[in-house]
Amino acid sequence: MTDVRLPRAGFAGSLSDRLASIVIRGSAFLAILSLVLIFIFIGKEALPILTSQEVQKEASLSTLFFPQPAKPGARPQYMWQPVSEVPKYSVLPLFVSTLKVTVIAVFFAIPLAVAAALYTAEFAHPWVREVVKPAIELLAGIPSVVIGFFCLMVLAGWLQQVFGWTYRLNAVTAGLGLSLAVIPIVYTVAEDAFSSVPQTFREGSLAMGASSWQTAWRVVLPAAMPGVLAACVLGFGRAIGETMIVLMASGNAAILSLSPVDSIRTFSATIAAELGEVVVGSAHYHVLFFLGAALFVLTFLLNLFGHWWVGRLQKKLQGAS
Amino acid sequence: MPGALIVVTLIVSGCGGGSGTGAKAVTVKGSDTMVILGQRWAETYMGEHPGTRIQVTGGGSGTGIAALINGGTDICEASRPMKDKEKEQVRSRHGKDVKEIPVALDGVAVYVNESSPIQSLSEPQIKGIYTGKITNWRDLGGKDQKIVAYSRENNSGTYVFFKEHVLGNEDFAREIQTLPGTAAVANAVAKDLASIGYGGIAYATGIRAIAVKRDENSEAVHPSLETVRNGQYPLSRSLFFYTIGEPDGEVKAFVDWVLGPEGQKICEAVGYYPLVRK
Repeated sequence: MTDVRLPRAGFAGSLSDRLASIVIRGSAFLAILSLVLIFIFIGKEALPILTSQEVQKEASLSTLFFPQPAKPGARPQYMWQPVSEVPKYSVLPLFVSTLKVTVIAVFFAIPLAVAAALYTAEFAHPWVREVVKPAIELLAGIPSVVIGFFCLMVLAGWLQQVFGWTYRLNAVTAGLGLSLAVIPIVYTVAEDAFSSVPQTFREGSLAMGASSWQTAWRVVLPAAMPGVLAACVLGFGRAIGETMIVLMASGNAAILSLSPVDSIRTFSATIAAELGEVVVGSAHYHVLFFLGAALFVLTFLLNLFGHWWVGRLQKKLQGAS
Repeated sequence: MPGALIVVTLIVSGCGGGSGTGAKAVTVKGSDTMVILGQRWAETYMGEHPGTRIQVTGGGSGTGIAALINGGTDICEASRPMKDKEKEQVRSRHGKDVKEIPVALDGVAVYVNESSPIQSLSEPQIKGIYTGKITNWRDLGGKDQKIVAYSRENNSGTYVFFKEHVLGNEDFAREIQTLPGTAAVANAVAKDLASIGYGGIAYATGIRAIAVKRDENSEAVHPSLETVRNGQYPLSRSLFFYTIGEPDGEVKAFVDWVLGPEGQKICEAVGYYPLVRK
């Protein structure tokens, strides 16, 4: 690396330097600003659930989170039936569905993607790497509706034939489809993390007599752990918000169950399926925005937690070295 | 870089707002069942009347009605009659009554997989399946197999028609799976031996539409042009255009043409049924 003199931030330099700095800073703040504005918009549309008397007659926090009888006198149940004489908006089945499919997707995607990244970064021939890496990254370019359609038409049939499930469209089918969307993201970020582990680490390990497998597993993987973790958090975020795949492959029945072979209805699929139909300002409309806000908060908390964890790991690694 | 970890996935589908209607663009929005029909009407009409632009989009009857109420479309296509509550919303927003114009007839077909032994079902039986009271094909004379029932999403006019006419406004059972679009339902039924689904007759290819009995003792009727037009087939319905107030100008010209012989001929070509002329 040659010696580069960096201009002090926000000061002096030529006019073009200063302009560039303003533009870059501006775009950074624009990203944050739009994020805040989006959240304010969603929050504002979700708020009437807490404040408006009229909306609360149809949907209040207690009907969202507690079981409700289908008809007067019937056993209270968790149900999602927005188009009904007595509209029922139970969030719990949707919440459990969302978590279920995300966990399944991540369960398949993360080990596969991290192992693939470790392989291409540590073991693969350069030419294998040149083929595999772009191929996996190309997977990210497949529109999710195409993956969803593939799951609906092909994957669901295969899985049903092999396992004999009653429902073709279920959490596992959708989760496997989702993992196809998650793998390239996790892979790309994890591969970068492995590649940026200094070569000296590997050389040192090999010089001490470790095999290349021991080097990869005990030296490179721990050193790249913050990056790998960041990859996992990104993958989780993608899985939880993905819409088209679950809309097409999950069957969209709002059943409260923990079985992975039952049909599921996620937050994102519910919003996508129903938001186009609702009359602006109705209780149903505000409930959908409430779901959106919940999804937003969930993703935000997840990222915050991931960020904190990555930071902690980094500190630990730096302290150790 | 872990510093840039904030991921936002925001899904906003089908914004119905905006009134960027040009001088001569007529917007038509609504029922997915009618979107092919609407497009064919628009194409033929535009071919004959250059200078008029007609934009047809789908999204579901509910979407179209919401757009009409919010002022986002000139004509709303709906495969179900508007509810009084919705008509009231039009009145309070626009100060005019909504105009209901029946434009074609359609039948809702009940499909089973081609290899299913089931030939006909009565309306109460279909209702039993969709409300969760009948869960095994054995009870209907089929194999000992759990019934997998597919439905449309709740923004669809077909969903509302089915709920009102077949379920008598009862709720669908929680186990009923919903899919976006009749085509997706048809595909799913074609792939699933133990399944049942419903949708517009125009879509029924590769699967088998069963005959429907009004009740246990009545005759089983197959959906067809004849049985829908003479009212024998129980699950038939009208398809509507809705406008705010009496249509005028370009909109009126288009509506009149649709109701005329040319427009009605297109109904048949697309797989729906022309209105019965009185």
